[in-house]
Amino acid sequence: MLPNLNNLPVYDTTGVNERIARFCSRSIKKSSKITGLKLAVSMIDLTTLEGKDTKGKVQQLCYKAMHPYDAIKGIPTVAAVCVYPAYVSTAKKALQGSDIKVASVATAFPSGQSNLKVKLSDAKFAVAQGADEIDMVISRGKFLSGNYQYVFDEIASVKEACGDAHLKVILETGELDTLDNVRKASEIAIYAGADFIKTSTGKIQPAATMQVTYVMLNAIKDYYLKTGKMIGMKPAGGISNSKLALQYLVMLNEVLGEKWMNKNYFRFGASSLLNDILMQLVKTETGMYQSPNYFSKD
Amino acid sequence: MSKKENTNKFKASWTYDKAPESTDHIQIKKQYELFIDGKFVKPVKGKYFDTTNPSNDKKIARVAEATKEDVNKAVKAARNAFKNWSTLDGKERGKYVFRIARLIQERAREFAVIESLDGGKPIRESRDIDIPLAANHFFYYAGWADKLEYAFPNKKPKPIGVAGQIIPWNFPLLMAAWKLAPALATGNTVVLKPAETTPLTALRLAEIIQQSGLPDGVVNIVTGAGETGASIVNHPDVDKIAFTGSTGVGKYIQKATAGTGKKLTLELGGKGANIIFEDAAIDQAVEGIINAIFFNQGHVCCAGSRLFVQESVADLVIRKLKHRIDTLIIGDPLDKNTDIGAINSKKQLQTIKNYITIGLNEGAEIYQPKCTLPKFGNWCAPTLFMNVSQSHRIVQEEIFGPVLAIQTFRTIDEVIEKANNTPYGLSAGVWTDKGSKIFYLTQKLNAGVVWANTFNKFDATSPFGGYKESGFGREGGLHGLYPYVKFD
Repeated sequence: MLPNLNNLPVYDTTGVNERIARFCSRSIKKSSKITGLKLAVSMIDLTTLEGKDTKGKVQQLCYKAMHPYDAIKGIPTVAAVCVYPAYVSTAKKALQGSDIKVASVATAFPSGQSNLKVKLSDAKFAVAQGADEIDMVISRGKFLSGNYQYVFDEIASVKEACGDAHLKVILETGELDTLDNVRKASEIAIYAGADFIKTSTGKIQPAATMQVTYVMLNAIKDYYLKTGKMIGMKPAGGISNSKLALQYLVMLNEVLGEKWMNKNYFRFGASSLLNDILMQLVKTETGMYQSPNYFSKD
Repeated sequence: MSKKENTNKFKASWTYDKAPESTDHIQIKKQYELFIDGKFVKPVKGKYFDTTNPSNDKKIARVAEATKEDVNKAVKAARNAFKNWSTLDGKERGKYVFRIARLIQERAREFAVIESLDGGKPIRESRDIDIPLAANHFFYYAGWADKLEYAFPNKKPKPIGVAGQIIPWNFPLLMAAWKLAPALATGNTVVLKPAETTPLTALRLAEIIQQSGLPDGVVNIVTGAGETGASIVNHPDVDKIAFTGSTGVGKYIQKATAGTGKKLTLELGGKGANIIFEDAAIDQAVEGIINAIFFNQGHVCCAGSRLFVQESVADLVIRKLKHRIDTLIIGDPLDKNTDIGAINSKKQLQTIKNYITIGLNEGAEIYQPKCTLPKFGNWCAPTLFMNVSQSHRIVQEEIFGPVLAIQTFRTIDEVIEKANNTPYGLSAGVWTDKGSKIFYLTQKLNAGVVWANTFNKFDATSPFGGYKESGFGREGGLHGLYPYVKFD
């Protein structure tokens, strides 16, 4: 049932920015840095969502997902590969034998501008192709016009269509305008059955920011305090370097803590982040930065 | 799942490696002398005392103890320097003050490290708050030096003479800046006494002042404890006393200066009320509570040491507050990740511990995070007291440590009455999403500063000071010039 949205916590942008500044001033060095970087790799949803994607490109990406950097031992595989529904079966096949999940965007991604029937069949197709996780988009237009019940019902129907597949609900925070709206959308998504809430499609600027992620983490925390149920979080888009990824992890660590510090409850939606982290990990191993040409681009 | 099971589930698991600020570039002398008439001179009686690092009890340096004779010398030097300094063109005076500001900025890292070594405050705070604010204060008042005619139109402001300034140990360099900058800009000369537990940054400032070429005797810095301070207060040739410190000492100074014609400003203790309404941004308010009471280990005269939470959100706020203090990192002040550093002195630690015992004996419910405190040095875990009432001593008296007394309220009138029901009146905080409520409370609260949806924010352009037993006179802003000028 649609939760009471009139009594939600409000957010003060200045206060949120100050809190974020505190996370960012943490100094992450030595072994804690390596631990953090490896954890970040294991949380990546390695993503390619382009019109020009091909079977070959998806296969290459899947290989990279399973073998991020074989020259150094102990680097984990990524959490999932995220593609359009058309490439789910390709990815599924390429990832066979690994525990890497296949995530698929669906529901008229990225705009969500279609009717429910099309959206549901989009999601069902992806699941039938073998997707383990569905990343759906909410109808931002309906949300902004105040039709929260519609947004709630839509998410609930997609959840039902997903069956056993995990549902990540993309709020597209770059279109929601205020932090209070982000909180409201998080609340709707969580109560409608989201397993994860996700910031962005990556197609709209700004994509993920620490501010909106902070608000969403707080929504997850409050829901847990009320119900004891854990919801996952996925910031996506714009997290392209190691330092920023570590700052997100610091925030996760200090807001939600250890139970969320794993790929079951936190993901980074990213593509170029992986190589930047690998570069840092190689540096800690060899003492020097390598040229970007030493890291494969898939 | 019950509420009880849910608490403490958010404990951080990823521990950060030590990231200590380097001390290689810091040169601390074994022994420091008095800064009188532009030179470092040995104390007449030859007495010295030790200054220690409160985070590990190790001695850092020996510092000269100024006796009456030394204070006489310092006041004499200040008096001699006054004639030329007070008649110097304002523009020229301003240049010296600007120079001091720039030199502080240039050596900010060094100042920050020494401040944390000598005082125990986290490097994050000394680096990001104390030192930049100190430099800002000099910059701001340097700008006033040649504009005093505009600050006081048609009134012909004149400097007062020799100012005796006595500063506390909680913000050693920043308080020196608050005192020195307006005094110098207005053409006064100064005898400054830093606190005995934290003299090192003031002495480093003395070196900078020497370097800046400020005329000899305009600033004199004498180190020592209460007796040195008393010699300054009682010196017949001092025209003005500016004191920041405890209310007890403030009362003594007011008595001692009564009838002497000395001008006086006092910035004393406080028991700030931090008020959280149900419509506040709760997560930010929780953060504000942390900043209000655990900033600088609670050694802040304007700390929000009394928390008032509206009853409807009290459980939620307290639960979130507990989660939050579980994630605070307590330890080495020089570590960049440290949130709470060391208590400034053994004496202060004892005071805080006594108050915690008093709180427990009064029947208050205590909460402290499970953290291991370092073996050596002065440490106190952040402490919450719930179920307290207005008549508890931990609510009435200033503790000056990381101890928060939490009360609840139902109506706006009730909280105004409770917040004002204290001999102090320095600071208050109001947390609400509603602008009208903020303005209503700022009118009703008897406090020199009322922060809205934030806490412990300082700026050189903004006046700061208290009501009632929190003192009188303002520091900062245009108002900060008044205590250092007289009119014909």
